[in-house]
Amino acid sequence: MKITVQPHDFDAGEETAALSGSGVGGIVSFVGLVRGDDEVLSMTLEHYPGMTERALQDIAEEAVRRWNLLDVSVIHRYGRLRPGERIVYVGTAAAHRREAFEACEFIMDYLKTRAPFWKYEETHDGGRWVDARAEDEFSAERWQR
Amino acid sequence: MKIFYFAGLREKVGLSEEHFDLPEGIDTVRALRAHLAGRGENWQALTQDRMLRVAVNQQMAGADTPLKGDDEVAFFPPVTGG
Repeated sequence: MKITVQPHDFDAGEETAALSGSGVGGIVSFVGLVRGDDEVLSMTLEHYPGMTERALQDIAEEAVRRWNLLDVSVIHRYGRLRPGERIVYVGTAAAHRREAFEACEFIMDYLKTRAPFWKYEETHDGGRWVDARAEDEFSAERWQR
Repeated sequence: MKIFYFAGLREKVGLSEEHFDLPEGIDTVRALRAHLAGRGENWQALTQDRMLRVAVNQQMAGADTPLKGDDEVAFFPPVTGG
């Protein structure tokens, strides 16, 4: 299991390749980017050092338990990022594809609602804190049991 | 006790962190929020912002979470990572 919170970029291909191993039949990966449009100049990610790593660790461990993952990797950047830059990587490895797909989606849904990061968006008109979306809460709730 | 304020809340209260001596009788998050709101206008979000989140010792917590003098507390808006 690899859980990293870092300012620098990562190589999604390398991270995915590293998830291969004995018994792995399927690997699913997700990369979240700073969505680029003409309005956004930059996106700055603030985080709570200490709690971010713990929160991501807890989420990944729950995914391993619930979907019998053979390996999982979560990398989340912080700092000032430009449109098009990678923010987050989630990779899940399992014996079969269904577990890998579901676990990857679960980790992203929980990360979006429980990992202490906050986005600040700069445009030509100034800066603003991005609002949390109700949709993300609903997405996380459907995994409750 | 150490208290952190993140993101938009930090901008409102004008403070990112502080060392705080927990007064006698303040033993829940709810009581701490009410106490901090008493500092003045900039601190009203501590009781008035219904979306405000709190973590105690780096675990998500709630209004009824008990507090001790050596706990680490953080107040922040809903998270927006990923």
